[in-house]
Amino acid sequence: MKLQRIIALTKKEMKKTIREPAVLFMIFLFPIVFVFAFGSAFSGGEQPTYKIGVVNTDQGNPVNASQTLLVAMASTKILNLQTYADNNAAQNDLSQGSIQAVMIIPNDFSQSFSTYQAAPNNQTAWRNATIALYLDKGSLVATQAIPPIIQQILTSITGQSQQVAASPFRLEIASLVDVKVPSALDFIAPGMFTFASIFLIMMVAQSFTQDRENGMMKRIRITPTTPAEFMTSQVVSYMIIALIQAALVFAMMYAMGFRPIIGLLTYAFAFILVLLFSLSNVGFGLITATIAKTSGAATGLSFLFVLPQLFLGTFVGASLSSSAQIAGKFVPSYYVTDALTSLFLRGAAITSMTVLLDTAIISVFCVAILAVGIVLYGKYFRI
Amino acid sequence: MNEPTIVIEHLTKKYEDVTAVENLNLQIEKGELFGLLGPNGAGKTTTINILCGLTKPTSGKAKVGYFDVQKETGKVKELIGVCPQETAIYPYLTGAENLELFGNLHSMTKENIETRRKMLLERLGLMQEAKRKAEKYSGGMKRRLNLILALIHNPQIAFLDEPTVAMDPQSRHAVWDFIRELKKEDKTIILTTHYMEEAEALCDRVGIIDHGKLIALGPPKDLISKYGVTNLEEVFINLTGRRIREEV
Repeated sequence: MKLQRIIALTKKEMKKTIREPAVLFMIFLFPIVFVFAFGSAFSGGEQPTYKIGVVNTDQGNPVNASQTLLVAMASTKILNLQTYADNNAAQNDLSQGSIQAVMIIPNDFSQSFSTYQAAPNNQTAWRNATIALYLDKGSLVATQAIPPIIQQILTSITGQSQQVAASPFRLEIASLVDVKVPSALDFIAPGMFTFASIFLIMMVAQSFTQDRENGMMKRIRITPTTPAEFMTSQVVSYMIIALIQAALVFAMMYAMGFRPIIGLLTYAFAFILVLLFSLSNVGFGLITATIAKTSGAATGLSFLFVLPQLFLGTFVGASLSSSAQIAGKFVPSYYVTDALTSLFLRGAAITSMTVLLDTAIISVFCVAILAVGIVLYGKYFRI
Repeated sequence: MNEPTIVIEHLTKKYEDVTAVENLNLQIEKGELFGLLGPNGAGKTTTINILCGLTKPTSGKAKVGYFDVQKETGKVKELIGVCPQETAIYPYLTGAENLELFGNLHSMTKENIETRRKMLLERLGLMQEAKRKAEKYSGGMKRRLNLILALIHNPQIAFLDEPTVAMDPQSRHAVWDFIRELKKEDKTIILTTHYMEEAEALCDRVGIIDHGKLIALGPPKDLISKYGVTNLEEVFINLTGRRIREEV
């Protein structure tokens, strides 16, 4: 492989992206405009259930009030309780998105409950207890829905009506108090990164069909350029474009207030995930270019791949039905968004199981799709 | 007589029930300007595509510059320059950038690209517009750029597939002069054209093919004399008839 040829073809592809207004719009402006148009995440359909991790340190003396609380929570059918022996294990599952919240019942919960029962109208006689609640910062729904549900249950076990504010129990929402109040932008940010890259499918499909139509593909084939050199240049070009897209989207989100509390290495890893993802988009673009006879047809056909990736795997998919979310597991964008959500919002480490697993799936998915794209295109249209 | 640089032996190409080239035998000498003539769909472009390694023949073999076009395609591609029938240029690149790209694809040095590019742009009257995007060029300018893209790497053998189609007389004569200069540099040129006066003016020898078969071969003057007519066009019409042909 000659680097000179790869660089020359890559430069050509970059110039095309910059100089053709339609390409420039589709690649760089459209994702940003689209994201702004959506504004915030969709709201969802079916009755949801939330997985709550419970770390019960209550001594259960003189009455087992924590047991009463847990029974009341379980009876709501909205909350699915999972008991943990210690906070670390629960926090680990929370950071990986396996559960949506961790509730820590303090050791004096039952004592507090007893003092309340003994003198419900004498607040000075109560022993106050604080229930810590850690929420999944990657889920807008979890942060908004879970605290009021638990607050209601706490109120109900004291036998008070909703109108009575006084209670010995204080619900401290750790994630919201300790870090910052997440905005809608924070929740859609990981999906926006993924979203931006998806439109490469259309660009690749159009580029290949156009070059075929205007005889450029044939002209390149007459030169000593090898298929490997040509394909490498295309993949490199679109990876660079994906990187620029991600940087632009990030800059835009940063300007709008998105500030994930992560290190430089995590940022770099997030961009690597986007680069990996761009491989699958090149692959889907090649598959589209194989099927489509003209560049016009390529534009339409590319939506066969763009829409599932868009609706099932980006911020759009977070609010879809559970069956749609299962379907999402068959598109690579789902895993990219999930990994970015873990990194940006849940504070998961790069080496955490969930991020590593997502990265492995993304790698296999994307390399396989790229390989299928190259083989199919090469079979029907010699490169 | 020079040794042949292109040798075609029993070359046949069939597309399902259509035979595009049938048992073609031909030798073209080094430094020769050879005209490949024929009506639409006669098999000219298919023959060129086979010689460039773009299309596999059904049977027979061909050598370009002593290299087998099927087995040593890479070496053949280093020797040849091809000006395709359709205008194939990148519209979003400037004329200069188009040339630079193809120079790089042929592994030329930066200095070499610059020298050749300047010479070719000047020679074909495109120097003034070298830094404009090719999409802004007139039709004739695009055709001239299309031609010099094939020659940026100074190939030994040039396939020029209807290089002057849709050009005004001035541009056409400029291209003719340019082709004559290439011949003086001892390049082997295979020219296809529908303009018989062009073939008559430029070519050392012409081969007329129809329905994939070679039906006449020789210097234009010899063919005119042989068929007792006044020009090559009459030879062509005599041999291929007056029925209108379409590309298959």
